[in-house]
Amino acid sequence: MGFRVGSDWRAPIAELERLYAGYPQPEDGIPDFTVRLFAARPWRRWLRPAVTLGGDFVLPDAAPLPLAQGLLAAEMAMNLQMALGQRRYLLLHASAVERDGCAVLMTGLSGAGKSTLAALLGARGWRLMGDEFALVDPATGLVHAFPRLVSLKNAAIDVVRAALPEARFGPLLAGTPKGDIRHLVPDAEAVARMAEPAQPALILFPRFGFDAAERGLGPSEVFVRLTQASTNYVALGERGFEAMTRLVREVPARAIDYPDADSAIAQVETLWSAL
Amino acid sequence: MAERLYRAVPADALRIVPLDDFTLIFHRPSGLSHLVTAPAPEILELLEQGPLTRAALLARLGERFELADASVEALDARLGELVATGLVEAA
Amino acid sequence: MERAVSRDATLLVQALRDPTSVAALDAQGWTALIAMARAEQLIGTLAHRLDGVAMPAAAARILADARGSAIEQRRTAVWEAEAARRALAGVDTPVVLLKGTAYAAAGLAAGQGRSIGDLDILMPRRTLDVVERALLDAGWEWVKPDPYDDAYYRHSMHELPPLIHRERDRMIDVHHTILPLTARVTPDAEALIADSIALENGLRVLSPEDMICHAAAHLFADGDLAGGLRNLWDIHCLIGEFGVAGLVDRARRHGLSAAVARAARLAHALYATPVPERWRKLSYTDRLYRRRLLARDGWGRPTRRLTRFGFYLRSHWLRMPPAMLARHLWTKWRKGYRPV
Repeated sequence: MGFRVGSDWRAPIAELERLYAGYPQPEDGIPDFTVRLFAARPWRRWLRPAVTLGGDFVLPDAAPLPLAQGLLAAEMAMNLQMALGQRRYLLLHASAVERDGCAVLMTGLSGAGKSTLAALLGARGWRLMGDEFALVDPATGLVHAFPRLVSLKNAAIDVVRAALPEARFGPLLAGTPKGDIRHLVPDAEAVARMAEPAQPALILFPRFGFDAAERGLGPSEVFVRLTQASTNYVALGERGFEAMTRLVREVPARAIDYPDADSAIAQVETLWSAL
Repeated sequence: MAERLYRAVPADALRIVPLDDFTLIFHRPSGLSHLVTAPAPEILELLEQGPLTRAALLARLGERFELADASVEALDARLGELVATGLVEAA
Repeated sequence: MERAVSRDATLLVQALRDPTSVAALDAQGWTALIAMARAEQLIGTLAHRLDGVAMPAAAARILADARGSAIEQRRTAVWEAEAARRALAGVDTPVVLLKGTAYAAAGLAAGQGRSIGDLDILMPRRTLDVVERALLDAGWEWVKPDPYDDAYYRHSMHELPPLIHRERDRMIDVHHTILPLTARVTPDAEALIADSIALENGLRVLSPEDMICHAAAHLFADGDLAGGLRNLWDIHCLIGEFGVAGLVDRARRHGLSAAVARAARLAHALYATPVPERWRKLSYTDRLYRRRLLARDGWGRPTRRLTRFGFYLRSHWLRMPPAMLARHLWTKWRKGYRPV
C-alpha cells in the first residue's frame, strides 16, 4: 500500500519523511491513495493553524487538528483512506505480528492494547506486520503486512520505550483528543519484510485492566466480532464473505484478559506454543 | 381462501455455511450476509424440496427436527424475517 | 515519453474519451488521473473504459479494485430497487427508477462502472402520502430533518424528505417531478411517468429521451455543476446508445430545450459524443460551463473558486424566486452552512 501526502505546511511532510525514511516508494511510482492536509479557510494557514484532513476519501464535518499535531493528522488521514477506500483486501481493525510464517491477529476496542502488545511482541522476536490494520487477501486467506508508525498512547509510551531502548520514536504529541501520543517507528526487519504475507494462526481479543483470564470463542461469535472490526466487509460482497468465513472456520480464537503487558505476553506465548 | 405458500429462492442465490449453533448465509442478490439459527436453516432445507404452506412447515419442523417451542406465532415471525431479507419467497 | 500533467480535468476527460491515450502517461500522470477520477466519482467508469489497456501494474490493481467496487455498488443498488418494488407492490401506481439505479436495472451503457448512491424513484404527486406510509411500514424511517427543511422539501422541492432503511442503512429519495416546483422550468411530470418503460420485474425507467432530459435538467437547472463530468458522461452514453431521435421535441415539451442543447454541445466538446451538426460548436457561455466542469486538479482538489462560487449562487437563483432565496440562504448561513 502506498500513499501520497500533500500539505499546506512543510512541517508534517518533513516529519513523515524523517520517520518513514527507509520505506520503499509506492510501486511504479503510483500511490494507492492521496491524502491532503489543508487549511479549511485561507487564514487558518497562519492564524492558530488548523489541519483539516482531506484526500480521496473523507469524513464530512471531521474536526481539524492543531498544526503541532500535524503528524497525527497525517496518520489519521491515511487510516481514513484505508478504512473508507480499501477494496482489495478484507480490512480488519487489528494488529498483527508474525513468527515462522504464521501470524497472530489482535483486535478489539480502542484501549484494548493491540498496538502496545504488537510493539512489545516486536521486541521479543516477532515481526511487526502492523498495529492498526490487518489486510486479509480473499483469494489466499493470507494476511498482508502494513507496518506504519505504531500509535502509542499515554502510559503505554513509557512501557514501550523501556522495552525498545534502541527504537526510533516520533515527537511527543501532548493534549490530543486521546491524550498523549507518540509514534514508534517499526524496526528494520519489519520494513524489509513488509512484502511477506503470513498465514493467520491465532486470533486474539485482548482486554486490558482485568485479572488474567482466557476463553475460547466459537466461530459465530468470532464472525460477529470480526465483522464489527472491519470497515469494508460489506463493500467486498462475496469475496469478503469467503475471506471471513475461512478465517472463522480455520483459525482458533481466544479472548484474553490481562492486568499488565508482561502477563499478556506470557499468555500469547503460551497460546502460541499450544497451537 | 388459498393458504399462502412459501418457497425457496433459486439455489444459486444463497451461499450457506453452517458454523456452530449458527449458520452463515450470503444472499447474492443483495450482497448481504445473515447469521441465522434454528429454525431458519431447517426451514430453508425443507423448502428446498418444494413450496409449503405455513401449516405444513410447522408440521414438518416438528416431525423432522424436534424443535422446541414451535408455535405458529414464532414461525410467522421467522418466516416474516426470512421473506423480508429475501432468503425465502412468499407466493 | 513524458507528458505534462494538465492543470485541470482534461486529463480525465481525455482518458475516458480515448482510452489508448493513457499509454503516454508517466507515474505522475497516472497518480493525477486516479485522484481526479475519484474526486469526480468516475473511477469505476474509468476502470471500465480502460479494461484491457496496457498500464503499469500498480494502476491496473487500483482500477481492478474500482471495477470490483462498482459491481458491488450495482448489486446493492439493484437490490434496493427490488426492496422498494416489494414495499410498494400494494400501491397501485408505477414505480419509476431514476439515474444510476435506472441505468443499472435496465442494463444500459450508462450504468457500466457507474458509482451509484441513493435510490431515486419518481411517483405521481397524488400518491406521495400512500408511498410514504408504505415505505415507513416496510422499515424505512426519516433521516431526522430540521422542521424548516421539512417544509422546504414538501412545498418547494421536488421530493419527499429523505428516508433511510433501518436495517440496510440505505437512503431512498422519492421524487414527484424532476425539478423543484419553484424552479423557472417545470417539466411535464405526468408525461415522464406516462411514457416510462417497463422492465421485466415491473419496475419502470424513463424513456431514453426523458432520461437525457432528466440528466440535462439535473446537470444545469438543479445543481452547481458538482458531479458534472459524471452527469455529462451519462448523457454521452445515453446519446451513444439511443441517438437523438425525438429528443428536441421532448425537451421542448418539458421546457428543457436550452438545457438539453447545452448538454449535447458540452458532451460533444468533451467526450466527442456523436450529435447533429448544430450541437458541435460551443457558445461563449458554454465555455464558462466547460471551465467550471474541468475545475479539478491533479490532487483531486476543486479549483477555479470564483467560477465555482458564481455557479453555486446561480444554481440557487434558478431553484427559487429571489425573496425566497434570500430567506433560505439567511437561515442556512445562520446555522453555519457553507458552500464548498
